[in-house]
Amino acid sequence: MSSQVDLTKVKPYGDTLNDGRMQFSFTLPVPFGDEADEAAKQLLIKMGIEEPSIVYSEDLGVGYTFFTAYGKCQHTVDYSSIEVPKVDVEIMDKYGVEDFIKEHIKRDVVIVGACTGTDAHTVGIDAIMNMKGFDGHYGLERYHGIEAINMGSQVPNEELIAKAIELNADAIVVSQVVTQKDVHILNLTNMIELIEAEGLRDKIILICGGPRINHELAKELGYDAGFGPKTYAEHVASFVVNQIVDRNMI
Amino acid sequence: MSKLNLDFNLVAEARKSAKVIADDIQLMIDQHTTVAVERTVVRLLGIDGVDDIERPLPNVIVDEIKDKGGLSMGLAYWIGNAMIETGKTPQEIAEAVAAGELDLMQLNQNDALKVQAVVTEKAKEMVAIIANNRKDRDAYLERLGEGPKPYLYLIVATGNIYEDVLQAQAAARQGADVIAVIRTTGQSLLDFVPYGPTTEGFGGTYATQENFKIMRKALDEVGEEIGRYIRLCNYCSGLCMPEIAAMGAFERLDVMLNDALYGILFRDINMQRTLIDQYFSRIINGFAGVIINTGEDNYLTTADAVEEAHTVLTSQFINEQFALNAGLPEEQMGLGHCFEMNPNIENGFLMELAQAQMAREIFPDAPLKYMPPTKYMTGNIFKGHVQNTLFNAVSIMTNQGIQLLGMLTEAIHTPFLQDRALSIENAKYVFSNMKDLGSEIEFKKDGIIQKRAQEVLNDSVKMLKEIEEEGLTNSIAKGKFAEVKRTMTSGKGLEGVVKKDDKYFNPFIELMLGGQ
Repeated sequence: MSSQVDLTKVKPYGDTLNDGRMQFSFTLPVPFGDEADEAAKQLLIKMGIEEPSIVYSEDLGVGYTFFTAYGKCQHTVDYSSIEVPKVDVEIMDKYGVEDFIKEHIKRDVVIVGACTGTDAHTVGIDAIMNMKGFDGHYGLERYHGIEAINMGSQVPNEELIAKAIELNADAIVVSQVVTQKDVHILNLTNMIELIEAEGLRDKIILICGGPRINHELAKELGYDAGFGPKTYAEHVASFVVNQIVDRNMI
Repeated sequence: MSKLNLDFNLVAEARKSAKVIADDIQLMIDQHTTVAVERTVVRLLGIDGVDDIERPLPNVIVDEIKDKGGLSMGLAYWIGNAMIETGKTPQEIAEAVAAGELDLMQLNQNDALKVQAVVTEKAKEMVAIIANNRKDRDAYLERLGEGPKPYLYLIVATGNIYEDVLQAQAAARQGADVIAVIRTTGQSLLDFVPYGPTTEGFGGTYATQENFKIMRKALDEVGEEIGRYIRLCNYCSGLCMPEIAAMGAFERLDVMLNDALYGILFRDINMQRTLIDQYFSRIINGFAGVIINTGEDNYLTTADAVEEAHTVLTSQFINEQFALNAGLPEEQMGLGHCFEMNPNIENGFLMELAQAQMAREIFPDAPLKYMPPTKYMTGNIFKGHVQNTLFNAVSIMTNQGIQLLGMLTEAIHTPFLQDRALSIENAKYVFSNMKDLGSEIEFKKDGIIQKRAQEVLNDSVKMLKEIEEEGLTNSIAKGKFAEVKRTMTSGKGLEGVVKKDDKYFNPFIELMLGGQ
C-alpha cells in the first residue's frame, strides 16, 4: 500500500489512498436544529473540508449543539521535508544507564525534581522519580548510581534551586501538568530566569516534562530537554548521563 | 448476605483497631485549637467581609488575638466579652478591630460563664440558620426528588464562576445530580478564604462564599426547571477546612470533599493542624447534613492500585471512625475509592469489581464515592471512553453512591461541554442497561473475585493492627499510605496550632456535635 504514497503530498486516509477522509467532533453555541447542522457544514467547508456530512448532532441543553461530522480534506502536506527537533540521544534501559554511570562517570549522579509553582499534580514527577515508576518503567530512585530527590508538588522554583545547590545536583527535573492559561510557560520561564540569575545555567542540566511539553517547546524556553507523554525515567536518565559526559561535568 | 464470602469477624476486628487509632488522635485534637478553627468560630458568629486591603475580617481578628497571645482562650470568649462590653454585634466588633478602633484584649474581662451565656445565645441563632438550610434541602428533595444512585457527579472548572454556572446548568439538564466546582490550583494552601465573586482561576474556581451562593442559586433554578434537586459540591480541605465547612453550611452545599489524610499526604499540610481542623469541619458537615467525600482514591494515583488496594480500605476504616467521633453518620460518609488499575492487567476488571463490592459490603449505608480512571488515561479518547464504560459497569453492579464521571479527555484538558454530555450518556446507558445485574449474579465460591476481596481485607486488618501499635502519625511518617512520608512537625500550617487554655470555649461543638 505504502508504495503508492507520494510523501510530498500526504493527505488523510479513510479506506482508500488519498480519499482525504477525516472525522470531527465539536460544539457550536447555537440551538439544535437544521440551521445548526448547516452552520457546522459551512464551518467545515471554510476549514477546507469537501463534501462535509453531519452524521450526528445533539442538543447539549443550553442552546448549544454537539456534532459528529465527516468530510474530505483537500489539503496535503510535504512529509519528506519535515524536521522535528528531538532529544538527540540513544535511549538506554535502566541497566544500560547504570553501566554507563559505572564506566564513564564513576560517581553518583544527583537529580532533583519537583512539580513547581502552584501546580499540585505529582503524577508526572512521581512517574519519573519514584521507585515504582510508571507502567512497568522503574523510576530514577531505583537506579543504582543515581540519587533521585523528588520534592513533590507546589514547590516554589526558588526552593527547588536551593535544593539543587545544597546537593550539588547534576540535573533539575521540572514537571508541569496544569497548562490552563499558559501558567506552565510563565512558571518554566521564571525558573530559567532564576537559574541564570544564580549563574548556574551552564553548571546544571535543566529538564522539563509534562503531558503538554515537548522538546521543541523546552528548547525554546531555554531548557536542555523536554519530555512529553510516553517518555519514562530511562529517557530522562539516558539524556542526563550523556550530557554529563558531553559537557564534561564528570 | 456477603457475595464475597467475607469474614465479618475480621471486619469487626478492623473497626476495633481503627477506633483505637482514631481515639488516640482525638486526645491530641481535644487539647488544641487552630487559627482556622477560630476563624470558623467567628464566621459562625456572623463575621464576614474584608478590610480596606482585602484581608478577610476573620483573619484580621484571629491574627490580632493570636499575636497578642489570646488564642488559647478561643475567639468565642473574646467576641462574647466584647459584645458585653461594647453592646455591638460580632460583625460591628470585627469592623471596629479592623479599623484599629477596638482592642479586644484591652477590654475589661468578664467572668467566663457570663461570656459563655451571651455568646451561646448568639451561636444558637446562627446554628438555627444552618438547621433551616438543612430543612430547605429536605423540602426540595421531598418536592423535586432526586436522581437514582449512583448520583452522577460532574466537575466544572472554568475559573470564572459565571461560566461555571452555564456549564453546571447544562450538565444538570443533561442528567448530572451533583455539580462540583473544582477549586483553583493552590487554594488549599492559602491560609484565608478569598472574598466575593471571582472570574479568574487556574485549573478551577476560587471557593468563596459568594461563589457558593451564585452556584447554589443557579442549581436551584435549574432544579426547579427539570424537576430534580441538584446537589452542590466543593472542597472542604486544605488550610481553611472548617471555614469552608461553615460557609458551605450557610449556603446549603450538599457534598464536601473532606479528608485530612489527603491534605497531609498530597498537599503536605501539617498533620496536627489538619486533623484538628478536620474534626471541627466534620462536626459542621455532620450537622448541616452534608455528605463528605474522602480522598482514598488518590493513594492509588501514586501507589500501585493492585498492590496497595488494602491501604484504601484501611484508610476508609480510619476515616469512618474520625467521622463517627465528629458525630457524622454513616449515611453522610462518602468514603472514596477508585478504578485505577492498569488496563493491561488480565482480569483487572474482576479485581476492580472485588474492591468495589467489598467496600459496599463493609460500609453498607455509606454513599461510597467512586472515582474514575485517571492515571492510565492517555489522550486516546476512544479507549478512554471504553475505560469509563467498564468503570460505570462496576459501579452499577456494586451499587455505588456517588459516581464521579470519567471524561474521555482526562489528561488532556478540563472538560469541554461535549465531554460532559458524552460521559453522562455513557453512564446513563450503562446504569439503565445493566441496572439489576448486580442483584442477579453471585460470585463463584473461592473464585478470583472472592479471593481477591478476602486477600485485600486480610491485608487491611494486618495493616490496621500495625498502625494501632505504632500510632497513625508514626505510620504516616513511615510512608505507609501512598508511599508518601510526613511527620508530626513537617508540613504547612503548624504555626497555626495552639494548645487550649483550661477556660477555652467553643459553643458550636456542643450545639452541633451529633447532628440535629
